[in-house]
Amino acid sequence: MTEVRVPTLGESVTEATVATWFKKPGDAVAQDEMLCELETDKVTVEVPSPAAGTLSDIVAAEGETVGVDALLANIREGAGAAAPAPAVAPAAALASDAGAAVDVMVPTLGESVSEATVSTWFKQVGDTVQQDEMLCELETDKVSVEVPAPASGTLTEIFAAEGATVAAGGKLAVMGGASASAAAPAAAAPAPAAASTSKDVEDSPAAKKAMAEAGISRDAVQGTGRDGRAMKDDVARALATAASTPAPAAAVAAPRAPISADDASREERVKMTRLRQTIAKRLKDSQNTAAMLTTYNEVDMTEVMAVRKEYKDAFEKKHGARMGFMSFFTKACCHALKEVPEVNAEIDGTDIVYKNYVHMGIAAGTPTGLVVPVIRDADAMSFAEIEKAIAEKGARARDGKLTMAEMQGGTFTISNGGVYGSLMSSPILNPPQSGILGMHKIQERPMAINGQVVIRPMMYLALSYDHRIVDGKGAVTFLVRVKEALEDPRRLLLDL
Amino acid sequence: MASYDVIVIGGGPGGYVAAIRAAQLGLKTACVEGREALGGTCLNVGCIPSKALLHATHQLHEAEHNFTKMGLMGKSPSVDWKQMQAYKGDVIDGNTKGIEFLFKKNKVDWIKGWASIPAAGQVKIGDDVHEATNIIIASGSVPSTLPGIEIDEKVVVSSTGALNLAKPPKKLAVIGAGVIGLELGSVYARLGAEVTVIEFLDAITPGMDAEIQKTFQRTLKKQGLNFVMGAAVQSVEAMKTKAKVTYKRRKDDSEHTLDADVVLVATGRKPYTEGLGLDALGMEMTDRGQIKTDANWQTSIPGIYAIGDVIEGPMLAHKAEDEGMAAAEVIAGKHGHVNYDVIPGVIYTHPEVANVGKTEENLKDERRAYKVGKFSFMGNGRAKANFAADGFVKILADAETDRILGAHIMGPAAGDLIHEICVAMEFGASAEDLALTCHAHPTYSEAVREAALACGDGAIHA
Repeated sequence: MTEVRVPTLGESVTEATVATWFKKPGDAVAQDEMLCELETDKVTVEVPSPAAGTLSDIVAAEGETVGVDALLANIREGAGAAAPAPAVAPAAALASDAGAAVDVMVPTLGESVSEATVSTWFKQVGDTVQQDEMLCELETDKVSVEVPAPASGTLTEIFAAEGATVAAGGKLAVMGGASASAAAPAAAAPAPAAASTSKDVEDSPAAKKAMAEAGISRDAVQGTGRDGRAMKDDVARALATAASTPAPAAAVAAPRAPISADDASREERVKMTRLRQTIAKRLKDSQNTAAMLTTYNEVDMTEVMAVRKEYKDAFEKKHGARMGFMSFFTKACCHALKEVPEVNAEIDGTDIVYKNYVHMGIAAGTPTGLVVPVIRDADAMSFAEIEKAIAEKGARARDGKLTMAEMQGGTFTISNGGVYGSLMSSPILNPPQSGILGMHKIQERPMAINGQVVIRPMMYLALSYDHRIVDGKGAVTFLVRVKEALEDPRRLLLDL
Repeated sequence: MASYDVIVIGGGPGGYVAAIRAAQLGLKTACVEGREALGGTCLNVGCIPSKALLHATHQLHEAEHNFTKMGLMGKSPSVDWKQMQAYKGDVIDGNTKGIEFLFKKNKVDWIKGWASIPAAGQVKIGDDVHEATNIIIASGSVPSTLPGIEIDEKVVVSSTGALNLAKPPKKLAVIGAGVIGLELGSVYARLGAEVTVIEFLDAITPGMDAEIQKTFQRTLKKQGLNFVMGAAVQSVEAMKTKAKVTYKRRKDDSEHTLDADVVLVATGRKPYTEGLGLDALGMEMTDRGQIKTDANWQTSIPGIYAIGDVIEGPMLAHKAEDEGMAAAEVIAGKHGHVNYDVIPGVIYTHPEVANVGKTEENLKDERRAYKVGKFSFMGNGRAKANFAADGFVKILADAETDRILGAHIMGPAAGDLIHEICVAMEFGASAEDLALTCHAHPTYSEAVREAALACGDGAIHA
């Protein structure tokens, strides 16, 4: 029997939701054939089969949350008649209880959407409904979805009330049938002692107790006992890993002070999406770790704009890419990073890791939040290559199609708040990087040049840096070099 | 002559089990045994007869010490040695005939005689040479002695002679405070002999947990055994009906003598390979005269396997049995499983002593952090009721993961109680797993559970 386990999901990603199974128990599978799709905050990952054979049983059903390396399924040798494996996951319990009872399930919510919030129930328990009549409305980060009644009958039980979070494929309600009893548990309830292999095994009693006391799901534990049993120390290990990774911060947050009834009625409570929770945690980690401060300067964009005006058509004609500002800024930063390498370095324990390359992160806002695709080896790229790379990655970022790998490994980041109209701001470092450049709005201002007052298109620049390894002198020098390179692009040509 | 898939040489626990297993797996099997009966040392002159004598004498001890306390009045029984020997003989017969029956049932041919191996694939008994695709050597071991000490099995005896004495001695000197010496010493002490155990090292039962060694020795002393520790026996002078043992105390080199009616030499056993012709075959041996085997019990000669006391490892009947099963399975093309880390050891005195896994000393040497859960039988209701509350259960668990690493028990039925720990260890269980398992009340086993609880928050009944 070969185990199918959750692959490494990426930097600081510890869990995913099983979105779709492409195969079912009994299906023949080839090695490397995709078995299922997992979703995380950032990306969707497909899991290939580690071996050829027959999918014996699915351990983690659609909708379930799984940790890295958790057991997803088992593959047995040989194709052929499937032994119907015991259905383990509660969320996949499709069978109606009595003949007449019908489950109302959460429909497919969309690509990379794993959960939704129940916003409105149109019907109540006891109401008679026609087939296809709308029962309730669900909301996700992206869309609202209405759920129709799968059959005519009476709505007998609602499992997810307004405001509750449901996973894709979870159970919303039960209709029809006399017995709403034998009530299958709500989508979140764990199945009893799920066998992690097709052998008839029990986890060790101490492990079961520890899991129950810690409130940790069996999926988060990797069983190393005989036949995959979870042993006491497996649970301890799972808890230790959970504690050192983005764990529920609920314990830390102070409870909110009581609100007056008058205000309470005018409030709306919305649960943070998983993406936002992750962003929140990473930002706090960044702030708590680095000795972060910001140094400012301003750049006269006259020259850059002049170059653009003169050459943008020829550029576009030859390279097939629009000449934007980002290539100038990227090149200017790469140039300055050579002179102040600590801004491109990383702290690892008590070591400073200097990098002889620049993987430039270009922050991009998307409908779901901020993502930072990385342009690898930006220092070796031409203006055109940079513009093309940025355009391509930016488009995919907005569509939520970036892969994990494309967002990792950055050594420095450029963040452009100017597109939103920001005049001056102090960006937050993108850990484990030691520097981030903030670009802002280009605004015409009166400047004093050679005793004259002239109107120039000015942009404030901000460099936030980690003072643990970047000194004031380095930070200021870096920013000055960037300014110089932008105010006179010939410096880039001459490496000055 | 005949042709077999497997010929097993030796019908002791290793050999007969291997033969039966091989037959179960469909292999045409024969077992060669030169004794009049099957069962080897264990059934004939070892485990089984000693257990019979231990049982009989333990009953006597109970009658003498505890019966009146329970309201069972009257004079204690007297000892009819002939009858006791007859009972022992019956027990042996029952067992050995049982093996014969199993052989018939499984169609294993018992070839009577002493085997030799003229060449790989051939086994010679007398004038007959049989062919065998595979040979399993299970020739076992014999008692060893100290240099210069001659065993006549009358006055200077090995365990074999000690089990068959003409009459219980008044004075018994036991050389070697190992399992065999202490068990037989116990038997005769209960029968009224003045028993003195002379041991070279400073502690009895070498290799066992130190706390057990000390506590056990104290208990045996209370039962009337005398101990001379740290003494090296120099010579044994045997006369017609008595003997004189001369020994030197290691710490000051002083010489002493001890008179006895019978001297039991219980200094260990050595592997037995006489007459097999292994030299001529060129079979690789160890320095200690054992047959060298690989992880699958194969010797240096393909097609020839070896198991039990004749190869390395603890010289225990159950180790030989497990190896016998495993070797048969390997020959049949399967996987043979013997977990050498979970082989229990038992001393059948009263109280019994049993152990499995690591001792505290082992763990200290390995620098492995461990915790101890101990529970005295004084806290066990059943043991107290049965006048058997002398002893304790000690479980050693990994300090971090709580995984059970070893257990040491002195007390009633320790040899049976230890198996719960063995199963737990086979599954890599933690002490907490044992503690969470329901144990019937009132049983001795509850003491094991309490010791497991003691590895965590603490025992309830202590």
